[in-house]
Amino acid sequence: MPSWLTKKNMENTKPEIGLLRFTTAGSVDDGKSTLIGRLLYDSKSIFEDQLDSITETSKRRGNEDVDLSLLTDGLRAEREQGITIDVAYRYFSTPNRKFIIADTPGHIQYTRNMVTGASTADVAVILVDARNGVIEQTIRHTFIASLLNLKHIIFCVNKMDLVGFKDERFNEIKTEIEKLSAQVGAKSTHIIPISAKFGDNVVDKSENLSWFKGDTLLHLLETIRIADDYSDKCVRFPVQYVIRPNNDKFHDYRGYAGRISGGKIYPGDLVTILPSMLVSRIKSIDVFENSLEVAKSGDSVTIVLEDDIDVSRGNMIVPSDNLPEVTKDINVMICWFNEKPMMLRGKYILRHSASEVKCMIMAVNNKVNINSLEEVSDDKDVKMNDIANISIKTTAPVFVDNYKKNPVSGSLILVDEATNETVAAGRNDYFINSFLQTLICGDCIFIK
Amino acid sequence: MNELKIDTRHLQQLENEAIFVMREIAAQFERPALLFSGGKDSIVLVHLAKKAFWPGRIPFPLLHIDTGHNFQETLDYRDDLAKKTGCELIVAKVQDSIDKGRCVEEKGVNASRNKLQTVTLLDAIEDLKLDAAIGGGRRDEEKARAKERFFSHRDEFGQWDPKNQRPELWNIFNGRKNMGEHFRVFPISNWTELDVWQYIMQEKIEMPSLYYTHRRKVFNRDGNWLAWAPFMQLKETEEVVELDVRCRTIGDITCTGVTLSTADNLVDIVTEIAASRITERGGRADDKRSEAAMEDRKKEGYF
Repeated sequence: MPSWLTKKNMENTKPEIGLLRFTTAGSVDDGKSTLIGRLLYDSKSIFEDQLDSITETSKRRGNEDVDLSLLTDGLRAEREQGITIDVAYRYFSTPNRKFIIADTPGHIQYTRNMVTGASTADVAVILVDARNGVIEQTIRHTFIASLLNLKHIIFCVNKMDLVGFKDERFNEIKTEIEKLSAQVGAKSTHIIPISAKFGDNVVDKSENLSWFKGDTLLHLLETIRIADDYSDKCVRFPVQYVIRPNNDKFHDYRGYAGRISGGKIYPGDLVTILPSMLVSRIKSIDVFENSLEVAKSGDSVTIVLEDDIDVSRGNMIVPSDNLPEVTKDINVMICWFNEKPMMLRGKYILRHSASEVKCMIMAVNNKVNINSLEEVSDDKDVKMNDIANISIKTTAPVFVDNYKKNPVSGSLILVDEATNETVAAGRNDYFINSFLQTLICGDCIFIK
Repeated sequence: MNELKIDTRHLQQLENEAIFVMREIAAQFERPALLFSGGKDSIVLVHLAKKAFWPGRIPFPLLHIDTGHNFQETLDYRDDLAKKTGCELIVAKVQDSIDKGRCVEEKGVNASRNKLQTVTLLDAIEDLKLDAAIGGGRRDEEKARAKERFFSHRDEFGQWDPKNQRPELWNIFNGRKNMGEHFRVFPISNWTELDVWQYIMQEKIEMPSLYYTHRRKVFNRDGNWLAWAPFMQLKETEEVVELDVRCRTIGDITCTGVTLSTADNLVDIVTEIAASRITERGGRADDKRSEAAMEDRKKEGYF
């Protein structure tokens, strides 16, 4: 029985069962693939035929050990170059939780893939090499995790075996990480000393690291709290699709299909439809053949209103006492994804929840060096992988909230009109300037 | 013993996500179709589509790419399902593609029409002017599939460019395309095999009998049990025997492995899969052709 499965531990932790999505960031050198391999292997999620296949490939290539990164690097080009290019998703579960790992590349030229992987994650697991401590890459990963407002960041100080499992070294790095976390305003951070190669503190508690009193990585992932803590008031319901059966049994049925975000809704709630500003009440909340008494954030439901009013895709149903901002001018923090640089005063398609409008880039307000967190003042060109605060004007009003208040109504993507490619991802942010100010005023002395 | 307590909260989350994707498909595309193979994943897709649009009808047809080497049970189930859901059923036949000279039958003992399906599928997409094909592909199935997006863009040749995929952020799906291009959409990307079976059990979805134990003529090839059919060539050393088996995946007969099993109900199947140490595609001959077999087929336009 693993040591953490003691009676005391069992009583203290009531695991919150369900799905946990986490992203891992770091390069192969940090032991990221080894860590994922270790989690999959120790939780018995690697199958025999998979292990056979990678063992054979490793041998054919002359590797002594089984190369666990072969499991995650799914494309021919990735295996050839021995690097992760695109996000790969892996799945494993323990009796306590089901996990989805978005395994993301760590190199700076793949920042956009990291942003993609992190956008749907609840938790980021960031690897730090115990020999090197906090480096540029750590700063970048931490910054992105906090930009996307992930609920937790878990720093794994890896390769503790190479620094003699010493607590002095761990504590030095811990101080650096705490400073960095404060600087980027990370929500909730956890720091664990591990050795992915030998399995210390990954699934089982390590004897080599007995001075560390905290949880193992897996136990933390199994028990960490990720339930939404939004207030009930900031509920948003973007209408995806209108359901009108037109059959005899449901002749007058008119339901608005969508997914709730940011709280709970109840039948009888007074709601406002955007952009028409018409007011009605929720008559019923339907899921297949059942009507619900309450529906919560994340639920895909169909809402029927008391009044017969015009509602279509792209409209938003919101509580009448808490409206989002309805505006044509927004400030967003974006990450640019495309090889073609952003065009100032260029026109793009802005996709936001279920709506789509045309927009123009009005100004680049700030650009951040994501390795040092310093503002780049002399360069306002936004190129691939850049992170910048920009001002956008839209042709029709959009309904937005601050990203931290509601990530669904606070996020958007930009699409190139000519190529239809997704060229940028952005989060709406009112207090971006003061946020950046904190970043810039802090001392950036992490780089060695 | 038929007591199996499972926590269903993660299924709820997966269902919510899949229904969201189904509705995005209906809203963003003009002519989508659901690729129905008769396998468990596409059966679950139909169930999810039913839930997503209730009390309305599923707003797209079912498209079956028929290799001509099907299990009869699959065809019966397919026809019955189309009738029950009221969906239009479109069948595109690989045999027609062969007759038209669009593709050539493979030769040898390992001959399979699995790869030929790509031609038939792409032709059907073009003929029917489909702009989205909804598939039951899951990221946990295979390492190239682990890289797949929910909304996966295909160029005018139906090809997938894995190194240059559109980034997919949050749940904002970009289904914009030019004329002639299309999308493959995978609503159950994040489901594992076990999730699918737990969901089938939870929703009490009726399944084809092939998934339950039955007596069947089989033979062993390279360590896998394959179902025997009259059009299959045997090697000299291979012998047809009758055993209690069930299918873990259902595809073309020529490349579908069967597992020795006595599981005759969903509880036993879920238990069996939870304890399994071999992936479901471990029995699929089509994936064993090379390390990048799936990636190569997908690039060409496979499911």
